[in-house]
Amino acid sequence: MNETNTGSITNFDYWKSAYAGRASNLSVSEVRALFAVVSRPEVVSLAGGMPDVSELPTEGLNKAFDSLVSTRRDLALQYGGGQGDAKLREQIVEIMALEGIQGSAEDLIVTTGSQHGLDLLADLFIDPGDVVLLESPSYVGAVGIFRHKEADMAHVHTDNDGLSPEALQQSITELKAQGKKVKLLYLVPTFANPSGVTIPTHRREEILKICESEGVLIVEDNPYGQLYFDEVPPDAMRSMSEQHVVYLGSFSKILSPGLRVGYVLAPPAIREKLTLANESSILSPAMFGQMLVSEYLTVNDWKKQITDYRDIYRQKRDAAIEAIDKHLPDIQTTRPRGGFFLWVTMPEGVDSKAMLPLAVSELVAYTPGTAFYGNGMGKNNLRVCFSHPSVERVSLGIQRLAGVINNQIDLLKTFDAE
Amino acid sequence: MKIVILAGGISPERDVSLKSGRRLADHLSEVGIESEIREPDELLIDYLATTKPDLVWSVLHGAGGEDGAVQRLLEMLGVAFVGAGSRNARNTWNKAAAKAKIAQTGLATPDWISLPKNTFKQLNAKSVLELVSKNLHFPLITKPVEGGSAQGVSRSDDQKGLGKSMVEAYAYGEEVIIEQFIEGTELAITIIDTGEGLKALPAVEIEAESGNFGYQERYIPGETTFYAPARLDRNIAQAAADMALEAHRELGLGVFGRVDLVVDENNKPWFLEASVSPGLTETSLSPQAFVAAGYSLGEAYKAIAESAISYQSRQ
Repeated sequence: MNETNTGSITNFDYWKSAYAGRASNLSVSEVRALFAVVSRPEVVSLAGGMPDVSELPTEGLNKAFDSLVSTRRDLALQYGGGQGDAKLREQIVEIMALEGIQGSAEDLIVTTGSQHGLDLLADLFIDPGDVVLLESPSYVGAVGIFRHKEADMAHVHTDNDGLSPEALQQSITELKAQGKKVKLLYLVPTFANPSGVTIPTHRREEILKICESEGVLIVEDNPYGQLYFDEVPPDAMRSMSEQHVVYLGSFSKILSPGLRVGYVLAPPAIREKLTLANESSILSPAMFGQMLVSEYLTVNDWKKQITDYRDIYRQKRDAAIEAIDKHLPDIQTTRPRGGFFLWVTMPEGVDSKAMLPLAVSELVAYTPGTAFYGNGMGKNNLRVCFSHPSVERVSLGIQRLAGVINNQIDLLKTFDAE
Repeated sequence: MKIVILAGGISPERDVSLKSGRRLADHLSEVGIESEIREPDELLIDYLATTKPDLVWSVLHGAGGEDGAVQRLLEMLGVAFVGAGSRNARNTWNKAAAKAKIAQTGLATPDWISLPKNTFKQLNAKSVLELVSKNLHFPLITKPVEGGSAQGVSRSDDQKGLGKSMVEAYAYGEEVIIEQFIEGTELAITIIDTGEGLKALPAVEIEAESGNFGYQERYIPGETTFYAPARLDRNIAQAAADMALEAHRELGLGVFGRVDLVVDENNKPWFLEASVSPGLTETSLSPQAFVAAGYSLGEAYKAIAESAISYQSRQ
C-alpha cells in the first residue's frame, strides 16, 4: 500500500476559534481590494467622500501650526481630558449656532472624528438584536458600526425629501408588534450621505414627534450642513429638541479629515457616559489635532473658508449633473443642493458591485449601492462623490462611468441576465 | 545584489500585488538582499535604464504585469528578471492559449471554449450558450481569459446561471472561458529552478470552507485550510508533480512559476491554469510550498533571484 503524505495544515488564522462572535461581521471583499487602484493618478475616483483639502489656504494652515507650536506646545503634546479641549468646545458652540443649535460647551464631547462618536453611542445603546432605523440608503460607515454591534438594521422608505414620516411610523409599529426593541433612528438629514437629499422642516418636525412618542432616540449626523450651494438648509433637528436628539458634528468636511476631530452634543446623562466611554476607549482625543483645529479657527477667517468651499463644491456638483444629463440622459439621479454626493439609480438588473471591475479598467471608481444598506439592497444603485476631483476630472469621470453603465446594460440584454 | 520589485499597477489585483511586493522585500531583507519596491509609472523605464539593477522581480498582476508587456520592455532594456520571457508570459497569461498548448502536448485539461464579447454581438447569445451547454455539461466554470485571484470566476449549474456568470466574467475582460467543472482535490504546484534544473515543490492542497476558492477564500486568513504537502497517495502526488513540471516546461515559465491542477475522483490530474507571477502574500500558495520543501522564504527567494540572474546571463 502506498504511503499518504502528511504535512502542515494551516488556515493562516491560529486564533480563529477564539474570536468573539461579532468578529465574523468584519470581512473584506474584492470591492475593497478594487479601491486600491483609486490612489493611482490615472483613475478618476468618484468613490471616497473626501474633501478637496488642496483648496485650504496654505498660509492659514501654517499660521495655525506656527501659533500652536510657539504658544501652546506643552499642552498640545500632552494627554488631555476625555471630554475634549475646553477652548475648542466653546468654538464648536459658535459653529453649531449656524445650524440653529443653542448648545452648551458642557454638553459637548470631542471625539476622534464623528465616526468615533457614533461608535461610542452605538456601544452605549445597542445590544445584539436591538433595532436601529436608518434612511434608505444610509451612510456606509454607520451601517458598518451597527453591523459590528450586531444591531438589527431596518431601512425606512426615503424619497427626494428624505425619510418618510409615514413609513417611519409604520416601521416602528410593525417592529414593536414583533416584540423588537427599537432604540435609535440614525439620520443624515441635511445633504445626506449617500443620497444628497435634505429633509424639509415639516418632515423634521413630524419625525421628531414620532420618535418622542415612541421613545426612539434620534442620532443626527450633520457633517455637510454648512456646505450648501443654493439656499440655506433647515435648522438642525437638534435645534428642535435637546432631550431626543444626539447631534454628531465634524471638522472632516469643512476643514480636514486627516486631523480626525469630530464632536457629539448630547443630553447631560448621555454625555457623561460618552465621556467615560471615550476615556475608557482612548483616554483622550488627540490634543494636537484638537488644538490645531482650535488655532485654525482662531487665527483664520474660517467662515470665509466655508463660503469658498461652497463655491468650489457647487461648481463640481454642476459639472457632475451636467455630465450625467449629457452622457446618461435616461438614468435617474438625485440633484443635491449641498454636500458631496449624487445617488444614481440604474435600470433593474444592473449590479453596480459586479460592474466595478469594468469601471476600474476604464479608470473610474465609484461606491456600489449595496454598501449603503444593511440588507443587501441597492444593487442597481451607486454613489458618485464629486467633491475631490477637479471640475474637469468630475466631467471626465462621469463620461467614463456612462460608457461603463451603457456597456453593462448591453451585456445584460445580450445574456438576458436582468 | 540590487533587486527592483515591481508591484502595484492599475489592475483589479493591485492590492494583492502590493502585499506580495512588501512580503518579498521583507524576506529578501532577512537574507541581506537590498530591494526597492517600485510602481509601474512614467518614471520606471528611465529609472531602470539609469540604475541598471541586477534583477527585476515583478509581482505585478493583471494586464501590463503578466501579459508579457513588462517582460518585453525588460528584455529590451537588457535587465534580468524572474519568470517567463515575454512571449511565454503572453501565452500563459491567456488561459485559452495556455490550455490549447497543454492539450497539444497530450496533458489532460478540462474541455473548454473561449468566447470574445464580440462573438455575442454577431451571434444569438441564447443559441451560443445552448450549444455550449449541450457540449460542455453543467456544472461549468466561467472565468475571464485574462486575470487572476479568482476575480470574475463563478460556477453555473444551469443555463440561466451561465448567463449571469458570463456578465460577471466580462466585467474583468473582453474574452471569457467556459470550462467543464472537474470535481476533485484542488492543488497548486510551485516549480522552481535554483540552478539544478526544474523541480516541483510539494503540492499545496486547497480546501475552502465555503467550497469555493474565491477571492475572499484566498486572501482572508481563516477562510481556507491548506495542506502542504497535499493529502494524496504518494504515487498520485508524483503524477500531479510530473504533470505540473511538464506544463511548466511546455509553457516556458523560467525559474519560478505555479501550476494549478485538480485531481479527480479517479486520481487523474487535470491542468487548470498556470501563473506567470505567483502571489507571495502571507496567504499565497507558493510561499507555503517553499516552507513545505524545507526552505526559509528568504533563502528560497534568494536562490530564485540568483538563478534568474544566472539564467539571464546564459541566454
